[in-house]
Amino acid sequence: MTQGKEKLDTPTLSGWGRVAVPGRELASEDLESATRGAALCRGLGRSYGDSSLPATPSDKVVNTTLANRILSFNTETGVMRAEAGLSLGEIIQVFLPRGWFPPVTPGTKFVTLGGAVASDVHGKNHHREGCFGEHVRSMRMRLADDSIVETSPERHPDLFYATIGGMGLVGHILEVEFEMRRIPSGWVLMESQRVHNIGEFLDALALAAPRWPMTMGWIDCLARGNSMGRGILMAGRWAEREETKKPDPPLPLEITFPVELPNWALNPLTAQAFNTAYYWHHVARKQERLVPPDPFFYPLDAILQWNRAYGSRGFTQYQCVLPREAGAAAVREFMDHLTKLGSASPLCVIKDCGPQGKGCLSFPMEGTSIAVDMAISLDIQRIVDRLNEFVIATGGRIYLTKDRFTRPEHFRAMEPRLDAFFAAREKWDPQRRLRSAQSARLFGDKT
Amino acid sequence: MKAVVLGGTTGIGRALAQRLAARGDAVFLMGLDEADLARSASDLKSRSAGQTRQTGQTRQGGGNVGYAVCNLEKPEGFVAALDAADAALNNFDTVIVTAAMYATQEALEADIELTQRLVTVNYANTVVFCEHVRKRLLSRGGGWLTVFSSVAGDRGRKPVGIYGSSKAGIARYLEALDHKYHTGGLSVLCVKPGFVKTGMTAGLKPPPFAGDPDQVADDVLRAMDARKPILYTPHVWALVMMGIRHLPRFVMRKISF
Repeated sequence: MTQGKEKLDTPTLSGWGRVAVPGRELASEDLESATRGAALCRGLGRSYGDSSLPATPSDKVVNTTLANRILSFNTETGVMRAEAGLSLGEIIQVFLPRGWFPPVTPGTKFVTLGGAVASDVHGKNHHREGCFGEHVRSMRMRLADDSIVETSPERHPDLFYATIGGMGLVGHILEVEFEMRRIPSGWVLMESQRVHNIGEFLDALALAAPRWPMTMGWIDCLARGNSMGRGILMAGRWAEREETKKPDPPLPLEITFPVELPNWALNPLTAQAFNTAYYWHHVARKQERLVPPDPFFYPLDAILQWNRAYGSRGFTQYQCVLPREAGAAAVREFMDHLTKLGSASPLCVIKDCGPQGKGCLSFPMEGTSIAVDMAISLDIQRIVDRLNEFVIATGGRIYLTKDRFTRPEHFRAMEPRLDAFFAAREKWDPQRRLRSAQSARLFGDKT
Repeated sequence: MKAVVLGGTTGIGRALAQRLAARGDAVFLMGLDEADLARSASDLKSRSAGQTRQTGQTRQGGGNVGYAVCNLEKPEGFVAALDAADAALNNFDTVIVTAAMYATQEALEADIELTQRLVTVNYANTVVFCEHVRKRLLSRGGGWLTVFSSVAGDRGRKPVGIYGSSKAGIARYLEALDHKYHTGGLSVLCVKPGFVKTGMTAGLKPPPFAGDPDQVADDVLRAMDARKPILYTPHVWALVMMGIRHLPRFVMRKISF
């Protein structure tokens, strides 16, 4: 706090993966003024890699989270318009008790509306509802030339669809108008089952998809041999009022992960112990029960700052989607690569995705998405390269929101839609005033 | 509660108004800019639940939220703004003042007019505003008056000397109000936030224990419900400031904190 120390400290920003770069953010309630001349907006910083980090320390980065006002809510249609810094968590806190829920939510509720659009987030209901962007009707944006426009599927559609999944690189999102969903109760009816291997997992996901609006699976990515890809499949739907026979559950308690663990704490041995315990903790082969929404949608949100478990080395997440045409064999082969590369992590999630959305760079496509956390090690670049090469060969792609290590030529090879995105950037920001550490890395934006 | 929030469009004031609305209290906003007030009023309207499904019938959305322009630099407007609040809320029983000015010690030392503005707004005019409120609340049997001082007022510290002195003044005034009128039904709360990450502190480097507006707002509502006279938030600042209050003068002269 002393002046001398302040001069020595270089301020840094980091994503959820805790790898910091020099830079600072400006937080303001007045997003409209703050975004003038800004290079990048960031919300709650839950993207793992470098998509919310500045390309150079002097770039103006605006933190949107103070801009959290709801501008209108139609109690008949559920259409909400709000400032871009409002988080899904806050929306749920206010609207769940009134019988409304966001149409799509990722695995954390600590995401702003602006972030949900920029990443075009998907959730357990992707096979039914698509990404968040599907439910956006209109946005107010600050463009690179400092003008402000309203965009929708009818008004400047190229800008609209380049912004959805566009990682904040086409314009700054000021306000978002989207449709909330009515829910019959505050409980989720969840069916969960233990699954013995990856082949069984893919079958179980395919069987569950038509029966359940929400599905996802946790995989023990350390199990090998016949058990490779074993895990727990979770499927659910909102419970009907008459099924619950009890008042809505109370809001969840949150605890904070108290300290940064040493780097060795999470190692293959402890990860394996955790995974085995978690797998067998699910004693019954199959069970059905009512659960509150938070542990169903956001199991990890209960522990604030859980990323400290990875220690100071930081971590990344590798998430890719393999197209349906590549078949179950490709998924099996991918799991095989993953276990052989030996990246130890308790967190590996599988989900079958529905059709690709309209967002220019929206991540999901019809097929199987796999996400796995990895501690950062000397090997990480090689691991990501190997996995990327495999994904390219199958015709799949990776999720920019999680990425920090993909090479530009690899991304180019997996993204045939890139030219349309570049055209939109060329039109709306010819000087590339908007940029991030990720766009500098992947698209060669000058710094 | 029927609460007036002066400064309710930004920072901690906004977080407080949002919480009051969400839990079903009636809110009236005061602030500097009419368009900004209107925007915040729509926000509060959307958030005010009425009853939830838990307690019985669902009433979707609350009523309209009123607002009036009120500038602490213009005391001649206080009565009209409070009249508007009384009319909208049918006599308020709670007033929360988060509005104030902030400037760094360097800026204040370099600009004597800025210093005059800041000490006038933060001390003299805030006291005048509170005096209007006190009379109204006492005439209706009491109520809540919550005003934001700061940990900066607890000791004459080099980096916040002038700002801190204005906050020290308001803290003393509130202390006396509590002593004199507590038995008369007036619950006076003096809030002393430590560093809170809001628009006011944007650009400053957050020290350890920096709070966020939501957490501070939760603490303030709990303290008001318990009719406490003083609140340090985040709570760790109570300990920190106790230590600093006891540092001897020769140490205070040496350190730059």
